[in-house]
Amino acid sequence: MSKKSFRQAINEALAQEMERDPRVVIMGEDIAGGLGAPGEDDAWGGVLGVTKGLVGKFGRERVLDTPITESGFIGAAAGAALRGLRPVAELMFVDFMGVCFDQIFNQAAKFRYMFGGKATTPLVIRTMFGAGFRAASQHSQCLYPIFTHIPGLKVVIPSSPYEAKGLLIQSIRDDDPVIFFEHKVMYDVEEEVPDEPYAIPFGEARFVREGDDVTIVAFGRMVSMASQAAEALAKEGVSCSVIDPRTASPLDLPTILESVRETGRLVLVDEASPRCNLATDISAQVAEQAFDALKAPIRMVSPPHTPVPFAPALEDEFVPNAEKIAAAVRSTMRAPSKQAAE
Amino acid sequence: MAAILPLTMPKFGLAMTEGMVAAWQKQPGETIRQGEEIADIETSKITSAYESPVSGKLRRQVLEAGTMAPVGALIGVVADDAVPDAEIDAFIADFQSRFAASQAEAGAEAAGPERVQTAQGTAQYLAAGPAEAPVILFIHGFGGDLNNWMFLQPALAENFRTIALDLPGHGGSTKQVPAPDAAGLAGFVLAAMDALGIPAAHLVGHSMGGAVALAMARANAERVLSLSLISPAGLGVEINRGYIEGFIEARRGKHLTPLLQSLFADPTLVGQDMVETVLRYKRLDGVEAALRAIASAQFPEGRQAASLRAVLDTPRTPAQVIWGMRDAIIPAAHAENLPAHVKVTLFDAAGHMAQMERPADTAERIASLAGGGI
Repeated sequence: MSKKSFRQAINEALAQEMERDPRVVIMGEDIAGGLGAPGEDDAWGGVLGVTKGLVGKFGRERVLDTPITESGFIGAAAGAALRGLRPVAELMFVDFMGVCFDQIFNQAAKFRYMFGGKATTPLVIRTMFGAGFRAASQHSQCLYPIFTHIPGLKVVIPSSPYEAKGLLIQSIRDDDPVIFFEHKVMYDVEEEVPDEPYAIPFGEARFVREGDDVTIVAFGRMVSMASQAAEALAKEGVSCSVIDPRTASPLDLPTILESVRETGRLVLVDEASPRCNLATDISAQVAEQAFDALKAPIRMVSPPHTPVPFAPALEDEFVPNAEKIAAAVRSTMRAPSKQAAE
Repeated sequence: MAAILPLTMPKFGLAMTEGMVAAWQKQPGETIRQGEEIADIETSKITSAYESPVSGKLRRQVLEAGTMAPVGALIGVVADDAVPDAEIDAFIADFQSRFAASQAEAGAEAAGPERVQTAQGTAQYLAAGPAEAPVILFIHGFGGDLNNWMFLQPALAENFRTIALDLPGHGGSTKQVPAPDAAGLAGFVLAAMDALGIPAAHLVGHSMGGAVALAMARANAERVLSLSLISPAGLGVEINRGYIEGFIEARRGKHLTPLLQSLFADPTLVGQDMVETVLRYKRLDGVEAALRAIASAQFPEGRQAASLRAVLDTPRTPAQVIWGMRDAIIPAAHAENLPAHVKVTLFDAAGHMAQMERPADTAERIASLAGGGI
């Protein structure tokens, strides 16, 4: 056991699964180190260095630099998965998914169903998402709600280095296509991560902390924001549960419902654009199934419905943070008449 | 002369660096006796009662309930009535300034677990105490690890070389368990002793680790200096089948929590961090298979497979048995009808984990059998 960054945890998961299973291959733009010239091997390791070192360990047969053609290599990865490999494709920024939607939505996600359960597609697509990196509106989106919408895809959003390693190993061992979301601001976050391989099952939410008054549900980077808010609120005498569902699809709704039945209050934190995101989805399901348990309206903390701004001051204002989450929690604790007036 | 005695944040286990006074059990002005519970101390792993190291009158609670402080920080002051308040104020001020200085010097140098390659795979262990002293070797139970000894290892490390070992399939040791019965695990412990250059040791075995210690005494008596068995397996047939099977199956906190609570007489000792630590262990590759192999070799159909009572028949190896009367995993009745030379200690207010619920008393008995004090 030692301290590892989010980046190291992902690298270690890839290396250990490649070690364990010769069918695991990785592919993507610049993940090996450039154009295939020997001197450049391992110089690069992907745009943020996540796959650095892997081509040296496993060779160019299993660590494939691809052309800048997402439609080509994501399609190739889906086909390879169908034929028995277990490819992990890196699609740099999730913002670029648009050019390979057909390969993902109509092909990879549908193979098992269209072939009557006789085919499996053990494909993982790793991709970066999220704002706060000063990367402007075409490189900062949180597009996981779009993938959550598609039956046949699994959607994973790790919230820490420990979670990233265990969830990526589970993703690689899973027989269905998995979209694995890495928040680009988290790569240098460190915590204790076991050296041994381990898998965290999908569809099992994690209680980051347990409290009595309010349930906060958050994904990815927002989990640590929610924990900071809960910490501050505890000093005011407001006790919060913080739930990290870990996977948007499958979603551990029973755990969320159970917690809401205990607290009677729900705050949903989602860094994705506010229309049709995970917060609205969970809000609707809780309202439908546990309306009787609610003591206050459900609150949602999301950015405004705009592209992610490039101006630093605006970007900082755009992203949900602990203060905004705490304010939403406080609003659920007020008397019902005041809530109605807001 | 009227003495002023400091009460400081205790160190429960080698990894503990800070703790919180969760609640005071004694108020200023009350007289306290040595060994009496005076406060509840909460760490990231567990909440435990703090037994007063001294007797006298509690004059001050320096730390309010709910305050975190590093190990060694002043939490209270004991002095008799003759000492004026001003002297106590001066004592506190002096202690605080010296403590702050020593904290600044100390830095971070806490020793963590180490690993050694043995003839039977990697063994993880936590060592503490003087290298030349006689060795006390701790062997945990089913699903446990070296952290099970955190409350008494520091005390015993004063006068002994203490080694808390992770069995195969557990903690940071190899997850390969080719010989999952008690004799097989005993072989692993002997291999670890070989690798560490330990010819013989005082063995402390808890639960399944007790059966492992008995198996070592049966096969290699010359390497066992004494046996301290805490709620050991191997002395009867009954064992809580629901616990064993539930522990293997549990993948979620809500399933694991009640099982862990059943280990203790006081279920509030089980915190969320303890549950998360066990879940993280259970997720490691190979752990579930190892636990299943061990359970089916040692506890098939919810009965204990090996009877090792005969090992205690001869007084060749000094032995004692320590049991919590409220043990819900292995009945304390298994301590009955043992030969007269086996000392039996029963604790009223303890469950299956006497080493965590009655650490000071348990450590004292271990040291006493091993021929030394604390």
